[in-house]
Amino acid sequence: MVNTKEIWSLLEQVNDPEVPVLSVVDLGVIRDVRTRGDEIEVILTPTYSGCPAMDAIRMNIRMVLLQNGYKDIQLTTVLSPAWTTEWMSERGKEKLKVYGIAPPLPLQQVCTPGLFHREEAVACPHCGSYHTSLISEFGSTACKSLYRCEDCREPFDYFKCH
Amino acid sequence: MSSIDYTLHLADNALILGHRNSEWTGHGPILEQDIALSNIALDLIGQARYLYQYAARQTGKPEVTEDSLAFLRDAWDYRNCLLVEQANGDWGKTILRQFFFSAYQFFFYERLQHSTDNELAAIAEKSLKEVTYHLRWSSEWTIRLGDGTEESNRRMRAAMDQLWKFTGELFIPASYEKIAAAVDLSSIKPLWEERVSEVLLQARLEKPAAGWGQTGGKEGRHTEELGYLLAEMQFLQRAYPGNEW
Ligand SMILES: [Zn+2]
Repeated sequence: MVNTKEIWSLLEQVNDPEVPVLSVVDLGVIRDVRTRGDEIEVILTPTYSGCPAMDAIRMNIRMVLLQNGYKDIQLTTVLSPAWTTEWMSERGKEKLKVYGIAPPLPLQQVCTPGLFHREEAVACPHCGSYHTSLISEFGSTACKSLYRCEDCREPFDYFKCH
Repeated sequence: MSSIDYTLHLADNALILGHRNSEWTGHGPILEQDIALSNIALDLIGQARYLYQYAARQTGKPEVTEDSLAFLRDAWDYRNCLLVEQANGDWGKTILRQFFFSAYQFFFYERLQHSTDNELAAIAEKSLKEVTYHLRWSSEWTIRLGDGTEESNRRMRAAMDQLWKFTGELFIPASYEKIAAAVDLSSIKPLWEERVSEVLLQARLEKPAAGWGQTGGKEGRHTEELGYLLAEMQFLQRAYPGNEW
């Protein structure tokens, strides 16, 4: 019999290749772990449809489980309900900040198509100032936008609400 | 009635516009907007992958895959609307094409997420969040350029001349769009028109009068542009069949 708890703790070792401080569990993309006898099914959901990290994540999950002696592994992708940044763990948000990426704010009006809406104050992860401005809605990856701190003058990534 | 053609139509729309946008990667006017358009391309190609995978499953043939659907069909098999295959032109034309399509796709997915086809509904629900960003971004850029300098306004008017005639096709249902799972296009047309009018007004661009429109893409009758796009996109799979990363 497979111990589901152990699978979850192994998944904690699999990191998002694009934000390596976050595990896939922190990121909130693991929907469920099911077992039937020796068979393990990991159910996951993508952050963004075109996220190139998802293929790498799937491969890394398989690798970690294989390395720990599990052979009968099935990875199932589900799309609904769609992933949201609300599913990121509080620990994950804390890790992001330490890493220099501003964590997502709670969902708000910016997730609508309204014109020229902006997030309410995003805090600079370096100095904590709220005196920051958006440089670009789309950053180095689909999940981030690019900001600048007007106090310490450092640019930083913001993991945008989604 | 099977929804394979319907699924392919949606996949082709997303893939072709995604590919067009990806042609800008490394060539954007400024780094941030190059990245923005590349991200939009990634979203669209990701959506296309889910749709092709679903279409492939519906055929029940193991040899049909997302790759064979994307890389081994010819122009007359493609069901995308004419708007998305139009060449990039300048930044203004690319922005206006994106705006017209995102406004359509936003209201379309809003409806499709309640489709009787659960797979399509799930893909729509997932994609809608992404398209929300695309719509806001392209709306804002349409306004910035239309209400920008004399030169940017002139270019946006030129883009309007080239693209407006392809917008009518979005709302004319093809035979495969009459299935129960499909979105009723007449229900989203007024929403699209309202959004477009609102943005064009702020962009100081005149909305052309309804007039003659070009159609045919959804039924496989494409403009010349699609052939060139496919020649580039499909080259590798045709030269080296079955090659993988
Ligand atoms: Zn700062």
